[in-house]
Amino acid sequence: MKKIWILTKRELNSFFDSLIAFIMIVLFLGFSGFFTWISGSDIFFIGQASLRSFFGIAYWTLFFFIPALTMRLIAEEKKTGTIEMLLTKAISDRQVILGKYLATLILICIALAFTLPYVITIAGIGNLDTGGAACGYLALVLMSAAYASIGIFTSSITNNQIVAFLSALCIGLFFHILFRIIAGSMTGFIGQSINYLSMSVHFESLARGVVDSKDLIYFGSIIFMGLFLTEVSLSKRNAFN
Amino acid sequence: MDIVLENLTKRYGSQKAVDNISLKVATGEILGFLGPNGAGKTTTMKIITNFIAPDEGEVYIGGKSIKDDPHEIKRHIGYLPENNPLYHEMPVIDYLSFCAGVQGLEKSHIPDRIAEMIRITGLNKEKHKKIGELSKGFQQRVGLAQAMIHDPEILIFDEPTTGLDPNQIAEIRKLIRELGKEKTVILSTHILPEVEATCDRIFIINKGKLVADGTAESLRRQARSADILKVKIEDGDPNQIFRSLQGIKSVSTVEFIDRNMNKFEIHCSGNESNREIFKLCVEKNWVLTEMTPFETKLEDIFRDLTMN
Repeated sequence: MKKIWILTKRELNSFFDSLIAFIMIVLFLGFSGFFTWISGSDIFFIGQASLRSFFGIAYWTLFFFIPALTMRLIAEEKKTGTIEMLLTKAISDRQVILGKYLATLILICIALAFTLPYVITIAGIGNLDTGGAACGYLALVLMSAAYASIGIFTSSITNNQIVAFLSALCIGLFFHILFRIIAGSMTGFIGQSINYLSMSVHFESLARGVVDSKDLIYFGSIIFMGLFLTEVSLSKRNAFN
Repeated sequence: MDIVLENLTKRYGSQKAVDNISLKVATGEILGFLGPNGAGKTTTMKIITNFIAPDEGEVYIGGKSIKDDPHEIKRHIGYLPENNPLYHEMPVIDYLSFCAGVQGLEKSHIPDRIAEMIRITGLNKEKHKKIGELSKGFQQRVGLAQAMIHDPEILIFDEPTTGLDPNQIAEIRKLIRELGKEKTVILSTHILPEVEATCDRIFIINKGKLVADGTAESLRRQARSADILKVKIEDGDPNQIFRSLQGIKSVSTVEFIDRNMNKFEIHCSGNESNREIFKLCVEKNWVLTEMTPFETKLEDIFRDLTMN
């Protein structure tokens, strides 16, 4: 655990040193702030003291930003060869993966923490459903965790960051909208199953304030699958080195 | 800690990168790993350091198979990979502290170890710079420092002196020799004088197979079928000297190197021939002004073994 934390700290420092973290936070706040407060179906347009429009925007901005954060995690180390230096030290593949994954999650949480003034402002405007807001944030964190695990997996299968980014988006796209669209044209058991795979179904139910074990299992299993496949792919390092 | 490789084989596709290599390295031994490009040196090192798994065979370190407890065994190995990969965006001190932490050093010992490493590798002036800003030679020193930070019992260096200037090379060789007194060291290199200068034992592989194993001296002895002497004898008729030399029992052939200078190349068997040549000169009242044993160079041995 101590070693995972050492790896996490290094990874976080590297996010901030390379400005990726700052750019990500600024862009995320810029986009979500613009569409929550100024343009489109913003809060004043809806006229309700609710964070629904913010969660709707963050649902999309995070979808694009997370692959950009995760793409370099392993691909870059493979390209520069530092992965060999790292994995021959007294740590396991799993510790390396968890360290990097944790760093990404912490960075996303920091970005989300900067949106807390939105909550305070809206709570000042009207009567905010705090439980609902908390659930919305929980949904954002869980969704980010799921996409981050997909992102770290695609980063582990290549040493090219662009390939890692695009394949993470590609896989993410299925969960994000495609499964729902496909399910819409189907009926019966298959339709239901595919519908269950859709991220938006679970995100929306959680963001509405309904904490259902079905949704938690869904996010948990994507996270587990992503990390598990990353470990499998990293252990097959012969193919790329 | 000793290292034992047993029938190690590693395939990349249909090609065997390492082909049935067995090897023992005793504690306190410095082993030089030689071979042309693509001979399988780096692959073997990657297997020993547990970066990749062999297809067949076993590696025992300190009597334990590396498959059983890789985590524990990796703590005893310091590894400098080929091309010296480093995190270029990190300052030297932060990087060494990260490596020490990952290797499981106690937090209270880390500053002392870093100071020690910086002293040994002469990085004092550069310690706050980012690694990417350092010259290649200094980066190589950082690579050596990270390999030794946790005071491992086994050190594995893949081409440790590439990119260093001659002074630094001399320093690093001295350092390796000192380390080798108590630690087990394996180093790979293309530079043959380096092996002679630093290593107790030489291990030459070609196309994944072992072709020679021994000290520089014993390899020379193997490669040399007969002793060759270069001799210059003055104050005599060259043809007469030639005939007399051929008359010596232990001398097999005599050739002129330079007839006018009375220089000869003598192939002989046995150690007695140089004494007999001397006696012959005394007897005939010739002056022996030069007698040089002809050393087989390591380069020649290397070329013989690895070219086919």
